[in-house]
Amino acid sequence: MLRSPRTLLSVTSAALLVAGLAACGGTTKDSNTNSGSGTQASAAADPNAAVKEGLKIAFLPKQLNNPYSDVETGGGKVAVDELKGEYKLVGPNDASASSQVSYINTLIQQQQDVIVVAANDPNAVCPSLNQARAAKIKVITFDSDASKDCRDAFINQATTEGIGQSLAKMALEQAGSDGGEIAVLSATPNATNQNSWIEVMKTELKKPEYAKLKLVKVAYGNDDDQKSFQEAQGLLQSYPNLKVIVAPTTVGIAAGARYISSSSYKGKVAVTGLGLPNQMREYVKDGTVTKFALWNPADIGYLAAFAGAAMASGQITGAEGEKFKAGKLGEYTIGKDGEIVLGPPTEFTKDNIDQFNF
Amino acid sequence: MSDTLQKSSDIDLDKRPENGRATAIKSRLTSWDSIILVLTVLVLIVASFSVENFGTSRNFTFMVLDLLPIILIALPMTMIIVTGEIDLSVASTLGLTSSMMGWLWNQGLSIETIIPLCVVIGAICGVVNGFLITGLGLPSLAVTIGTLALYRGLAFVVLGDGAVADFPWNYTGWVTGTIGGGAVPNVLILIVVLALIFGIVQHATPFGRSLYAIGANAQAAHFSGIRVARTKFWLYVVSGAVAGLVGVLWTLRYSSARADNGSGLELAVVAAVLLGGVSIFGGKGSLPGVLAGVVLLTALQNALRLEDVSGQALNIVTGSLLVLSVLLPNITTAVRGNYHRRRLRQAASR
Repeated sequence: MLRSPRTLLSVTSAALLVAGLAACGGTTKDSNTNSGSGTQASAAADPNAAVKEGLKIAFLPKQLNNPYSDVETGGGKVAVDELKGEYKLVGPNDASASSQVSYINTLIQQQQDVIVVAANDPNAVCPSLNQARAAKIKVITFDSDASKDCRDAFINQATTEGIGQSLAKMALEQAGSDGGEIAVLSATPNATNQNSWIEVMKTELKKPEYAKLKLVKVAYGNDDDQKSFQEAQGLLQSYPNLKVIVAPTTVGIAAGARYISSSSYKGKVAVTGLGLPNQMREYVKDGTVTKFALWNPADIGYLAAFAGAAMASGQITGAEGEKFKAGKLGEYTIGKDGEIVLGPPTEFTKDNIDQFNF
Repeated sequence: MSDTLQKSSDIDLDKRPENGRATAIKSRLTSWDSIILVLTVLVLIVASFSVENFGTSRNFTFMVLDLLPIILIALPMTMIIVTGEIDLSVASTLGLTSSMMGWLWNQGLSIETIIPLCVVIGAICGVVNGFLITGLGLPSLAVTIGTLALYRGLAFVVLGDGAVADFPWNYTGWVTGTIGGGAVPNVLILIVVLALIFGIVQHATPFGRSLYAIGANAQAAHFSGIRVARTKFWLYVVSGAVAGLVGVLWTLRYSSARADNGSGLELAVVAAVLLGGVSIFGGKGSLPGVLAGVVLLTALQNALRLEDVSGQALNIVTGSLLVLSVLLPNITTAVRGNYHRRRLRQAASR
């Protein structure tokens, strides 16, 4: 029995060793000034530099085999082919915070020119991304940003304002010139994204051009198909004169459209909002839905590849105000904190819906 | 029980009288942990020559960082499995200490206080395991599956879905950094020191040898004067403390305290320990074998990833390797036993 505490003692002393190794007494949250190593000495941008060929551009989504990110990286592949670069797609099987780090390390070893990454955790990938940048690899984030001091640019799919305005605009179009009552079918009552979009939409509705629209209710379908279906039903029972249901969630819009298309309100009540073309195709074709919107995920990957190539060629450094050309998408300007906004969401109608598969 | 004993003895006891030393050396060489050692060295050499960028100093640093959590937790895990028990709650203990670390940091405690505190929290998790298993006599598999869920749940209670990230740079930088900016990662010192301590305790002290006795036959060990319950209890405490320490290192390495940190790591650790030749039934296995097992798994994954092998294929490779590691020693024992019996029969008929 004398011996087992000795084991404990050795482990504890080893632990204390760690504590003591960087001994510089009492670093607390308040006293801590985190300088980080993220600042890369960046050369001045040369807007006239030619985009290099043969750039190695690697995509690292949150996880592989996710239909949505497959479309995003698919767009990236198209862009890399146009740029005559080398495309690579790697990623973990699980979207955990740290599983991406090994992949980033591997990409550093393989001396890629650009890493395009959707961070599972804004901070966990930071040390590795900064090592990558120290090895002269350009880091572009998409989908979900990493901390801004460890990437060169972030492709923002849409701004909150852009989405809110687009929702209001579509509601007005669908209600027609006479206007009328509209309702929102949202996700959960505390869904951050949806709530901020609805806020922007409400502000927008106060403008004179929206005077004829009256927002009667915000219902919550909890991003559950059945609950959303019932909420859509409930909205029409409470407000028989309703003209438009605006659903800023892919679950809500699909459930709402399914209810309307199978009810006597078909053709009288419009459904619009944010949806996935594959889920909405049948309702667009049968006339229940005339228009809905979403950013085009393929364009996100496409833009990310062009931004990375422009940066690796020295055209841009990621500073605010720099401009670069992104193939078929046209010219982009880098915003504050290295953000590049994709632009207004893509609108889907029966004329263009068959061009999209996601 | 006698079956386990037979299987678990490193050396075939009944062969010994004939030509003792030579057979001992021979069975040493053909034992699974030596095979795994050789295999590991082989993989390292082949990969250095055939996989581009594998043999670079930077890749070495990355590999050491990748194997750090597995190797440290494997040290006490080896002892626990040798006694015939298991601790599946280690990764959740890691998650809980990581969460606590973030929470305490937000409360304004100094990092120098938090780090030892986290090790203590880990040890307390181990005390709970140890008490349930040795105090109440519950099976360790069931208990630690329970605390696996419990500790992970507590981790989410402490920190929720959020993350704490603003740890001081001199600490996070130390974990990911190398000695003097060279090729040797700082954390390698820690691995070497702890591996030496655990290795000496396990293989060169009476306490360490008593673990094998417990694993081979707990009842016999008890009657030989070994305090079985107390020994196991302290192993769980140490296991918890090490998991707590790894929780700290994990948090600093990824500069991110999260409740889901390290989830699934317990399986990687158990896989490495079994691959290293430790018998899941207890009583058999060596630390050098386990260390080789960890290095083999990490190096193989690293090399395959550099060759752009997809994650799924990687899982298939490591999975098959694990099955083989359990299968092969059993087959060789069976074959050897058969051969031995046949020879005895021949001798008897003559």
